[in-house]
Amino acid sequence: MLAVESVSKRFGGLMAVDNASLALEPGGIVGLIGPNGAGKTTLFSMISGFVAPSDGRILFEGTDITGEEPHRRAERGIGRTFQIVQPFAGLTVCENIAVGAYLRHARRADAIAKAREVARRVGLAAELDRPAGGLTVAGRKRLELARALATEPKLLLLDEVLAGLNPSEIRDIIPVIRGIRDEGVTILMIEHVMQAVMNLCERVYVLAQGRMIAEGRPAAVCADPRVIEAYLGHGAAARLAAEGAAHG
Amino acid sequence: MTARDLIPIAVLAVLAALLPLVVTSSPVMNFLVFTLIVALGAQGWNILGGFGGQFSFGHAAFFGTGAYVTAILQMRYGVNAWAGLLLAAAAGAAVAWAIGFLSFRSGLRGSYFALVTLAFAEVFRILANATPVTGGAAGLLIKLEVHPANLQFADRAVFYWLVLAFVTGVLLLTRWIQRSRFGAQLVAVRENEDAAKALGVDSLKVKLRAIALSGAVTALSGCLYAQYFLYIDAHIAYGSWISVELLLAPIIGGVGTVFGPVVGALTLHGLGELAKQFAGRIPGIDLIVFGSVLVLAVAFARGGILGLLERLRDRGRGLVARGAKEVSHAGR
Ligand SMILES: Nc1ncnc2c1ncn2[C@@H]1O[C@H](COP(=O)(O)OP(=O)(O)OP(=O)(O)O)[C@@H](O)[C@H]1O
Ligand SMILES: [Mg+2]
Repeated sequence: MLAVESVSKRFGGLMAVDNASLALEPGGIVGLIGPNGAGKTTLFSMISGFVAPSDGRILFEGTDITGEEPHRRAERGIGRTFQIVQPFAGLTVCENIAVGAYLRHARRADAIAKAREVARRVGLAAELDRPAGGLTVAGRKRLELARALATEPKLLLLDEVLAGLNPSEIRDIIPVIRGIRDEGVTILMIEHVMQAVMNLCERVYVLAQGRMIAEGRPAAVCADPRVIEAYLGHGAAARLAAEGAAHG
Repeated sequence: MTARDLIPIAVLAVLAALLPLVVTSSPVMNFLVFTLIVALGAQGWNILGGFGGQFSFGHAAFFGTGAYVTAILQMRYGVNAWAGLLLAAAAGAAVAWAIGFLSFRSGLRGSYFALVTLAFAEVFRILANATPVTGGAAGLLIKLEVHPANLQFADRAVFYWLVLAFVTGVLLLTRWIQRSRFGAQLVAVRENEDAAKALGVDSLKVKLRAIALSGAVTALSGCLYAQYFLYIDAHIAYGSWISVELLLAPIIGGVGTVFGPVVGALTLHGLGELAKQFAGRIPGIDLIVFGSVLVLAVAFARGGILGLLERLRDRGRGLVARGAKEVSHAGR
């Protein structure tokens, strides 16, 4: 469904993403994890068309979309949320979601109906007529999700939709994400909340300093020494292993 | 659009249409026609600036194009005035689209876009002042030949009705924008362009459509101005006075609302006239009024007059609701 082939992005002297590849089959939830500043958001921005890769190419359903504009990719079925939420602050929640719904529904009545349906699914039904600027952090995250969902994507890129939420809010939203997957939407999610990653993802990719350093089942990847080092620093894996042996 | 969307527009249009039956004084008629012409141009500004969030400081570029196109076609090429009206609107749309293409494609927004529009209007003014086809500095007179085919009527009221019909048409157009996919996308681009793009909005296309519509409507107002006053020169047609008027009216009335430009134009010119009546000896008194109203609006009524009314209404409803509760408590 999605193939990212040896993509790089250079910002001045900094290699934000360095020769990273990734492949998604239709269906399922795949995680993208990595320490802060690893280049995860930059990779999302390249997949969704907001940042042009310095090198490499991106294929969606077999078509090379590397040079396409973001709105064309949305039309093709790539939806994304923003890590730093970007609500249309002056509009109501319903109007916000309707902008997404208008992508596949030209008539106002249809778009509004779609927006209401999506709002119900993500738990925003009670806030429909409130200005989006007045939502709580959790509300704004839900709104990001709702708007992207209203475009009826085939591939949904979720950039830290759980960040800033408290445990009970996270518990509420996890079934929603699972429900989206069950409807056949492929999900690629950036997430720092490891419990959620373990819970939701069948497979994860690990990005560190722009490079894809590991890929596999969450439990296996978390035990991978390269991943532990990427998070905890050089030599950490060996230290952990030694400590483990001492305690055992 | 539902009946609730259309009724206020219909009521306003009918009431305004009855006005000439009551008011017959020709200075008042002149005042009304001029104010409606400004309102129409301001409605054009509001489509791009209010709904699209792209503030132009140079809508004179479109106003003047409408005025010159109609005057030149009629005086130099003998084109029928009604056809000239349509061609003026088309020319306004074309010029606007071109300016939009150049500025939006290179990603200009905010004050940069405002300055570029201002620069275009100034360039047009200088060109119009220097080229023979526009009559140069001497300006252009449209021959007085009272005949409906020439858009010249024996009775001022008829011209008033004509302008009113255009204003009403654009009220309907604006209401449609507000209720359509195009309008939703335009407002989304205003609020957050990246978020809009991620949701599949072709922001360049949406902005170009908005500026073309905006240019066409404002060109119509320029055209009507030329046809009513029968004289234009570069300072009238492309002068910054009109750019300022066209952005002031929506800001005062309520930016990005259907009625804002009309309310704003009526308020500004109404107050300006009143000031002239009472302190006519002070030169520029109406401009002082404009400035003061703008300062008041920016300081106390961010949503303009309509925004202020809405807030008062909400507060009123709150009071009524609380009052009703107290009454019902007292009744128990
Ligand atoms: N537009 C930009 N211009 C310059 N540098 C940038 C830009 N965007 C990102 N960077 C840099 O690229 C690197 C990767 O950033 P990115 O936001 O992709 O990381 P991330 O993995 O999403 O991090 P986090 O977990 O903190 O969200 C960082 O060092 C960042 O400062
Ligand atoms: Mg990030």
